[in-house]
Amino acid sequence: MRMTKKYNTYRNGFVLFLTTALLSACGAPAFRNTAIEAKKLPITNQYADNQDIEKFILPYRDHINKDLDSVLAYCPETMDKSNSINGWQTTIGNFLADVTFDKAATLFRAKENRSLDICLLNHGGIRSIIPKGPVTARTAFEVMPFENSLMVVALKGEQVLEMAQYIAREKKPHPLGGMQIVLDKDNAVKTITIQGKPLEAGKIYNVATSDYLYNGGDSMDFLGKAVATYYLDYKLRNIYIDYFKEVDTLPIIRTERIITQKP
Amino acid sequence: MKRREFIQKTAAGSALVMGGLSLSSFAGPEVKKLTILHTNDVHSHIDPFPIDDPKFANMGGVARRASIIKQIRSDEPNLLLLDAGDVFQGTPYFNYYGGELEFKLMSMMQYDLCTLGNHDFDNGIDGFNAQLHNASFSFVSANYDFKNTVLDGIVKPYKIFMKDGLKIGVFGLGIELNGLVNKNLYKETVYNNPIDVSKDMARILKHSEKCDLVICLSHLGFIYANDNQKVSDLMLARATKDIDLIIGGHTHTFLNKPYIEKNAAGNEVLINQVGCYGLNLGRIDFTFEKGGKIKSGGKTIVV
Repeated sequence: MRMTKKYNTYRNGFVLFLTTALLSACGAPAFRNTAIEAKKLPITNQYADNQDIEKFILPYRDHINKDLDSVLAYCPETMDKSNSINGWQTTIGNFLADVTFDKAATLFRAKENRSLDICLLNHGGIRSIIPKGPVTARTAFEVMPFENSLMVVALKGEQVLEMAQYIAREKKPHPLGGMQIVLDKDNAVKTITIQGKPLEAGKIYNVATSDYLYNGGDSMDFLGKAVATYYLDYKLRNIYIDYFKEVDTLPIIRTERIITQKP
Repeated sequence: MKRREFIQKTAAGSALVMGGLSLSSFAGPEVKKLTILHTNDVHSHIDPFPIDDPKFANMGGVARRASIIKQIRSDEPNLLLLDAGDVFQGTPYFNYYGGELEFKLMSMMQYDLCTLGNHDFDNGIDGFNAQLHNASFSFVSANYDFKNTVLDGIVKPYKIFMKDGLKIGVFGLGIELNGLVNKNLYKETVYNNPIDVSKDMARILKHSEKCDLVICLSHLGFIYANDNQKVSDLMLARATKDIDLIIGGHTHTFLNKPYIEKNAAGNEVLINQVGCYGLNLGRIDFTFEKGGKIKSGGKTIVV
């Protein structure tokens, strides 16, 4: 039956005649292409597994599954980017921003002997929830399926202001660490505090982010105006996996980084 | 048993199509056949998609692809198995093994040739090079200049295959890496204009090497509707001549049948791309007849 279907597909194939005059020239190949037939073969379960291939894959698959599913930590409460705290932050965004900030700060100090001020990621880059219960490496793959890597960009104070204005304009709870933005009731940036101190226009701030955002992702154009960049060669996913290995229970972080002043 | 039935019915279908189109009898001129099988943008999809996947439930899977390929091989001795790039990246198999398993499985399926996609640089040009010993097949790229990289002399512009006396030339093309891949990954790889390079390639393969068939293995992308400056397979087909088939990738375009475009000399070029993730295998069969016997007539394209 399955094969009959195959046969029908073949017969029902689109047929096209082309009557291009064949050019005969000296030194033409002895054999000339006179007919072409093409079809797309969908790979479905109508084809049995090739057992040699299946046997070859098995140890790789088992190793990955064992590794991905081994419990690294525990999450006490589901972290979901669609549940915001006053519209401007999420527990998962706070968690990712703070973990990334801490890992980046340590690495940045070790590699460059500089201190980190801010961490900015993107809301759209959070691809899954972290469900309540066991946390595995697979969780990190689901939250961060992309290969984005950590980098630090040095921004002038005026670009940090642009960053705050971008966030206010976008109205998205982008993960943010090390910085607090206060907006007035009209969503205009009122004050910016970095590491507890007010923003200084002339100062250089080191901002941890991803290469994806630096390269133009989510139109964070202010990142492109960096006066210096540092590639830390550390995938965001690996940051999370390494963190999961270090702790028993993930923190649920509700601190507000972006605050709209009540009228 | 079922396989045998499939082959018989396929043969019957084939005869029917041929008969309906009044092709000259096989008893007349000497006929040779070449089968091209191809994939693109498999992206480390080794296992089939889960049965509850919202888009591709229970589709794909290397073990199944290997079965189809084996089945076709048993019927078609003159076969080339090609891939148009982005073998790497997309499942934990790549993250854990860096492409080792992808290359080993493609070797087991007896792939003949690939070109590099942008994601094949995801572990750097060194990461790619480090996995090449797992591949029994080779890579071609005509417009990436690897002179100042570890791939110098390893990735060649083209490869020529002889199948039952037929000469088939296959050259590779890659997409612009700047803006798509970090420079620290592709290093000193230089991207050259694919159209200029293809004109040279097609001339060399068709006229100097006198290939019976010229195939371009491209990771340029099928078409860019919003950017008519960006080089695509369609643009390439129109701007060149002497290329018979472009096997494409990058844009994950699911073509149900090859797209037929007129080249700069007014002849047909086939462009095909079969989506991504190993969901489909493309198959294109070329029939060749001894040239001297044909005075005029046409080419029959059944797609």
